Amino acid sequence: MPASLMQGSAAVAEAAVAAGCRFFAGYPMLPFTDLLEHMARRLPEVGGVCMNAESEIEGVNMVLGAAAAGARAATGSCGQGIALMQEAVAEAALNEVPFVVFNMARGQQDYFQATRGGGWGDYRTITLAPADVGEAVEHTQLLFHLADRYRAPTVLYGDYLVAHTHMGVEVEQRDLGPLPDKDWALDGTRGGTGRSRQIWTWAMGRTDAPGPGPDAHWRRLADKFDGIAATEARSAQHRTDDAEHLIVSFGTSAPFVDHVVDELRADGHRIGSFRPVTLWPFPEAALAATVAAGPCAQVLVFEVNAGQMIDDVRLAVAGRAPVRPIGGVSIDGSGMRQGALLSAAAIRDRVLAAIEEVPSP
Amino acid sequence: MTTTPTTTPPTTPPPTTTVPTDAPPDRPSRKVAASSAALQVGEDHHLCPGCGHPVAWRILLEVISELDLARRSIGVVGHGCYTNIVRLADIDWLQCLHGRAPAVATGVKRVRPEVAVFTLQGDGDMASEGLAEVLHAAARAERITCIMLNNGVFGDTGGQMTAASVVGQRTKTSLEGRDPATHGYPVPVADLVSRLPGTAYVARGGVGSAGAIAQTKRYLKRAFELQVAGAGFTFVEVLTMCPTGWFVPTAEGPGYLGATFEATFPLGEIR
Amino acid sequence: MSSTVTRSTVTRGTVVIDRDRCKGCELCIPACPPSVLVMSAERNSRGYRFPLLLDGCTACQACHAVCPDFVFDVYRFDEPIIGSAGRGPAADQPEDPA
Repeated sequence: MPASLMQGSAAVAEAAVAAGCRFFAGYPMLPFTDLLEHMARRLPEVGGVCMNAESEIEGVNMVLGAAAAGARAATGSCGQGIALMQEAVAEAALNEVPFVVFNMARGQQDYFQATRGGGWGDYRTITLAPADVGEAVEHTQLLFHLADRYRAPTVLYGDYLVAHTHMGVEVEQRDLGPLPDKDWALDGTRGGTGRSRQIWTWAMGRTDAPGPGPDAHWRRLADKFDGIAATEARSAQHRTDDAEHLIVSFGTSAPFVDHVVDELRADGHRIGSFRPVTLWPFPEAALAATVAAGPCAQVLVFEVNAGQMIDDVRLAVAGRAPVRPIGGVSIDGSGMRQGALLSAAAIRDRVLAAIEEVPSP
Repeated sequence: MTTTPTTTPPTTPPPTTTVPTDAPPDRPSRKVAASSAALQVGEDHHLCPGCGHPVAWRILLEVISELDLARRSIGVVGHGCYTNIVRLADIDWLQCLHGRAPAVATGVKRVRPEVAVFTLQGDGDMASEGLAEVLHAAARAERITCIMLNNGVFGDTGGQMTAASVVGQRTKTSLEGRDPATHGYPVPVADLVSRLPGTAYVARGGVGSAGAIAQTKRYLKRAFELQVAGAGFTFVEVLTMCPTGWFVPTAEGPGYLGATFEATFPLGEIR
Repeated sequence: MSSTVTRSTVTRGTVVIDRDRCKGCELCIPACPPSVLVMSAERNSRGYRFPLLLDGCTACQACHAVCPDFVFDVYRFDEPIIGSAGRGPAADQPEDPA
């Protein structure tokens, strides 16, 4: 399929269909709504189902049921609706039902929600934050793959810019490697054979075929998430080799930051940028290595919120350099997207001010 | 005249008059009822003495077996005392969040339309936590069977008032009895779903007597038959005893069920 | 019905009671149409009284139907016993879980 100009929501929908998603359930909420509309149109064309759920809670639980029955399934919303879904996302993480949650957030204020979650129990959700529509297409397919690989719900952290920007993108079915059989999925065919299956957060099993029970089950899950943290962290860097000032940003802020880095490099500043592509697992080791490798005088964190990712940055940098916020709360008049702070000029001003305060060594 | 059963057992006759019951009879005979139902893989459970849930659960398994649905059925079970009974059944189960079973079952059914999909929920699960789910599933004519075990109390948490507790019912959170002035009125879930055009079948049975149990089993069978035929949403409410949560002796459970619950929630086919 | 009322002296079947699984709820006692179940004085391994069977079982399965603890197997005799239901001669036991 040649590159074609597509709105981000349409591109993500096409990527989901290409990845084999055949069940979607959602409830309208801007700026997620367009994705729901595209799925409602596309899924019936490929033999799939898109449900108009009566709320986000029902939507995510429908998806949990569809995924438990073996389908590739997804739901989505934005921060508030995702908040309603958190109980089911946690449940799915703990009973190991894989699906994808598209958070087309109203800005960058849902970082904690995406990386810490609002559910219960010892769980994590792999969360990818694309910088633009093209990467959102790539991430969408990767998230379905990772969900099935690890039997866990995964999250796309998009926003208005991802959902509504038009870009020339190619959506192709990608081979991301082999996956384990879904021999755990319920198909209802094994009743009376002694081999029926249960999906149960407490993993009790049948009395004649006991499960591990919650203690062993949850410890195994904790180990699983530790393993994901050790292997699935992804990050991107831009001109960090000799950087004295390192800017960390995520999602659609990153292209703005990279642009500012290029401008300031042209002006002679030794500056670079680092982007966590996975918000969880946060690429701690990569960030720590980047800071340790160079003459890093300070780490500046640009995020359009009151300061959320900066916690993870501080944990990763671990005192190797000062970590300072240069972002802040900024919402546009519609309430649907980042405000005036998300501009190259505003970022450049804040970076320059920070460089003034901490002279290069 | 029939005396009211009490916790004091009737006089035990001399041992010589009782019949041995520790082994099958020696004389030619036929086993007409087994302690374990088809698809049942164990008998021990932790539910209280006199609980009505296991009986409802047993006739459900019998229906699945008798309709030859064992190899094409998936149960979606909510949170309550009944949840652990699924450990005794050899069919596919998905244990889900409190109240959400009809939504979860919707996802299962849409992906596997050839499978008989049913929910098993209590009144706390369905009438309190998840009323929206069951109403919308009915309105969508979702081809699933929802089963509500209604004992009017949160049994698993120790006896608190649910949305289906009957007027006057004493619970740990309605100590003087459910008072409409304070607590409002019970939600008749079966009657609500019966008003929705997507609903193909609604019945309310009970497990207070052998006759009611046989009738309830017929209701369940009808609901599954209609589901498999694609008729629409099917619903069976089963009134069950919770002597622990009602603060009555176990032997008085059926009497209490009849006098209080069946007066509020009449038995029969509703739609 | 008091225990002094004449019970049927025709015994059409019998039950096997898993006394140690019984939780003593007594639901089977009034459920039994011929009133041939009584509670024991003895307690089982869990500390509960359990049902005992008298002559006159009709194999109607009401006890089985109402029992929450899956205690009862019910057998119907090929030929009813008139009088006391002592053990008859050994015979084949075709098990037909009808």
